[in-house]
Amino acid sequence: MSVPPDHDTVISVRGLRNAFGSHVVHEDLDVDLRRGEILGVVGGSGTGKSVLLRSIVGLQPPGAGSITVLGTDLLTADETRRTALETRWGVMFQDGALFSSLTLRENVEVPLRAVPGLDPQIRRALAELKISMVGLPPEACSRYPSELSGGMRKRAGLARALALDPEILFLDEPTAGLDPIGAAAFDRLIRNLCGSLGVSVFLVTHDLDTLHAVCDRVAVLAERKVLVTGTMQQMLEVDHPWVHAYFHGPRARAARGVDNQIGA
Amino acid sequence: MEQRDDMQVEITRTETGDTARIGGAITVHAVTRLRAELSRLPPDRPLTIDLAGLTRLDTAGAWALAMLRDRRGALAIRNAPPQAEALLRTVTEALPKPVAATPRSRRLSDQVERLGRAVAEAVGFVLALSGYLGLFIARLGRSLRRPSQFRFTALVHHCEEVGVRAVPIVALMAFLIGVVLAFQGATQLRQFGAEVFVVDLIAISVLRELGILLTSIIVAGRTASAFTAAIGSMKMREEIDAMRTLGLDPAMVLFVPRILALLLMLPILGLIADVMGLVGGALMAWIDLGISPAMFRTRLVEAADAGQVLVGLVKAPVFALIIGIVGCHAGMQVESSAESLGRMTSNAVVTAIFAVIVADALFSIFFARIGL
Repeated sequence: MSVPPDHDTVISVRGLRNAFGSHVVHEDLDVDLRRGEILGVVGGSGTGKSVLLRSIVGLQPPGAGSITVLGTDLLTADETRRTALETRWGVMFQDGALFSSLTLRENVEVPLRAVPGLDPQIRRALAELKISMVGLPPEACSRYPSELSGGMRKRAGLARALALDPEILFLDEPTAGLDPIGAAAFDRLIRNLCGSLGVSVFLVTHDLDTLHAVCDRVAVLAERKVLVTGTMQQMLEVDHPWVHAYFHGPRARAARGVDNQIGA
Repeated sequence: MEQRDDMQVEITRTETGDTARIGGAITVHAVTRLRAELSRLPPDRPLTIDLAGLTRLDTAGAWALAMLRDRRGALAIRNAPPQAEALLRTVTEALPKPVAATPRSRRLSDQVERLGRAVAEAVGFVLALSGYLGLFIARLGRSLRRPSQFRFTALVHHCEEVGVRAVPIVALMAFLIGVVLAFQGATQLRQFGAEVFVVDLIAISVLRELGILLTSIIVAGRTASAFTAAIGSMKMREEIDAMRTLGLDPAMVLFVPRILALLLMLPILGLIADVMGLVGGALMAWIDLGISPAMFRTRLVEAADAGQVLVGLVKAPVFALIIGIVGCHAGMQVESSAESLGRMTSNAVVTAIFAVIVADALFSIFFARIGL
């Protein structure tokens, strides 16, 4: 795994180590995200999927290793370079993490306010466009987050993450807590938006259906590192016990069956 | 870095129509300028947009082009790279339909309606509070009939929380009030050579009014908020619903021990406040006016009797009920969001303090009428 990151790699993590006290979460972890792909990160509870995401976006300073995003080494970059980088990625948190004192439209406008000289009317219109693109009705624009359902908050969180047309999108459990219909609709939404916007996606999930429907490649977190990466097909041939149990369990078979039917 | 606006717009005008060659990146940084440049072209002439030199198109740029196509009929977009074409399609499909905003009505009848609603809400609030009072009394009666249902451990716990832990702050507050009264009273009474009446001043005001009123205000701040926060966070996490499904009565389990603890502890706290207020006053009178503690005591017995103390302390149970019921009621109004917990907590404190002061005013009028 010590191949030098080529120019088509937008995120490259090498030798990452994260520990809370004596509890080591990641040790010598390597992972790559290629341009334009959707990478699904899976792993059992407590294997540090979210910690990995938080490390990459700089919310959790790692103990050791290097994280290179869009050619910038995050751990050595100065403040201005980091700030410039932060406008080139978008993060969607699990429950949307919308600002509760702002309406939906104002929430989506927050990242747009950083654009110098952007006409306020255009800013409003762009926010409304983003809200419409994630499939929310126009009436939702003037609602507050507490007046929305969980699924709508997730969509709104996605709209805010996409506000500046980022090159990389981080999604933390996008379908957790949604009903199967809502989850499938969200999967389609991610797939379509990423296709038309050309975003690379780092997707943390537990949802096998999402893995089948959305992801180009899958990275499996186990034993404190990324154990294997590859397509869903390749995952089926891995004979590590946890990976095997995950991708050959009854739920995995059900998800695969549905996928085959749709594909046929 | 794609932070800058590096878009070039080149406009050629011919007899058959206008052509705009747009090169570079049409992004959110360039969109304001793009709109300005293209709005100068007359809208009735056919316009062709040539995107051959395009390096990057983002949603904002695609939105500007889509809006342009929306507004003028004759618009052709040429030489768009396939990805830009796809983005344009996506954005065009997603363009929100403009919705007419309903203006907020400012007519007189609406103002009257709002006033009426506010009054009805206030009446409803008072009714709800009296409903909680009834609920508390009913559950207290039930626990007298069936003592096994009563939560004695919880009562002791809340007595400690509400009473014992409040002693330091209440004692200090009352002591300082006594000091301030003695000092201010002395300055005024000295002008008439009536310094010794400072004892009457302190005795009457602390025992009848200030001791219990200020204690209640402090307890309202400490305890009403604690009740609301505790019950409200249980409400938020559906613990109260869980209790109901398990056959537990939230009023019995949560309200009775809390309000009863307040009922028992507030008179005691009031008594502590009375004593500390007198101590503070006596100390200041001694330092400032040279009234010795023995003299203070003699004068105190002449000025005030046990009746004065009773007039003060008889208010304590009423204040305790007000604080406890307001706190529990506000806690039950918490919805599923953290904001509503914060809002109801501060509401509870404000309401409890206000209600305590109103009740105190009513007591003053009542005692004056019956000549106590």
